[in-house]
Amino acid sequence: MSNQPLRVENLHLWRGERHVLRGLTFSLGRGTCLQVKGANGSGKTSLLRTLCGLIYPEEGRVLWDGEDVRRDLRAFHARLAYLGHEPPLKGDLTAGENLRFWVGVRRRLGVSDLEAALARAGAGGCSTRLVRTLSAGQRRRVALAGLALLAVPLWLLDEPTTNLDADGQELVGQLIAEQLARGATVIAAVHHDLPRAVPVIEQLELAA
Amino acid sequence: MSAPRVALAPERAVALAVSGVGAAWLALLRDLTLAFRRRGQLVQPLAFFAIVTLLFPLAVSPELTRLREIAPGVLWTAALLASLLALEFLFRDDAYDGTLEQYALSGQSLTALMFAKSAAHWLLTGLPLALMAPLAALSLGAPAAAVAGIVASVAVGSVALSLIGSIGAALTLGMKRSGALLSLLTLPLSLPVLIFGARATQLAIAGEPYLAPLELLGALAVLGVTLAPLAAAAAVRISLE
Repeated sequence: MSNQPLRVENLHLWRGERHVLRGLTFSLGRGTCLQVKGANGSGKTSLLRTLCGLIYPEEGRVLWDGEDVRRDLRAFHARLAYLGHEPPLKGDLTAGENLRFWVGVRRRLGVSDLEAALARAGAGGCSTRLVRTLSAGQRRRVALAGLALLAVPLWLLDEPTTNLDADGQELVGQLIAEQLARGATVIAAVHHDLPRAVPVIEQLELAA
Repeated sequence: MSAPRVALAPERAVALAVSGVGAAWLALLRDLTLAFRRRGQLVQPLAFFAIVTLLFPLAVSPELTRLREIAPGVLWTAALLASLLALEFLFRDDAYDGTLEQYALSGQSLTALMFAKSAAHWLLTGLPLALMAPLAALSLGAPAAAVAGIVASVAVGSVALSLIGSIGAALTLGMKRSGALLSLLTLPLSLPVLIFGARATQLAIAGEPYLAPLELLGALAVLGVTLAPLAAAAAVRISLE
């Protein structure tokens, strides 16, 4: 295993007429968090979606542990968690059911793990409530609990602190810090700086 | 507060891994659970099927011999359109709330997950239609002896309809007011099912052997099981770009 598990080489991406990513190259080590900043439309979300393989770049490649991720995309996906703008939760399911189905598709999940994760994310009382009755911030906390439960070495987070109060934002910082302490790699696209709890932050600024 | 028991150790990850079948089973359960929480969507195609088949005797003629003649066509056209009605919802909500994205990134076979979604669609639409079809057929003058043939043909044919429909639903993902395009894509592909299904029903009503068209319906269903989830998965991947 390499100390720099993620390497991005010469990434070029066009969205319609716009050249969004222009020869992006970087490497990220274990236990490192990359904070991606940039104005609206600068390509933060496109970068995350390209890294996780949802978008095919026109040029360049993404390597994980020295292997081009396109050679075995499913194996790469099994190692990453992507949390987009909207938490992937169903309004007509309870928070517990949502996690059981979302996380359960990827790994076996015990009830105690699930309850502990929800409690850790400050959503302990939400387990049996329908998600449509939760506030936007509570939904985000439930999604963060799911993220922690996935137990994967690469997190790709798009605006992880959206809709969260000050405590919630601190929680995001703590979860990222814990993840980094386990040797994982985190990339977060943000408008505002990540909470101070995150120890090692590298910066990437995308031009609009 | 205790931290969730998560770890990155490879041996733990292997121990907790979920098989493709397990993942597909969970996807199926999720769709069934959601459908029973949104009963309006569940009832809509069935109500449509019942209304269309019950209105025909009023519009055409109450004469049983005449109704019996048109019964196969009425039953199968109504079943096809009812199945189509539910297809619009097959992937739409999952695309909006990011579920499809998570399926694509789950490390599981997207083809297996798409198969699970089509299976849920059949269980929620095709199977109830097959169970309702005899009632509609009897109201159109079909003899009681034809019930088994009608149930079998609608049950098998609707498997093919769900699978063919999943391709259209996946191809039209992300388009606004995709209903018309979905019909245009799906109806031509569904014509063989309509033809063989109506023929099997016609033979069952006439008291003649209906196995040959039923076997052809079965062949279409097998073809659908083999190819449709692959095509739907590819279409979903494209729509997520």
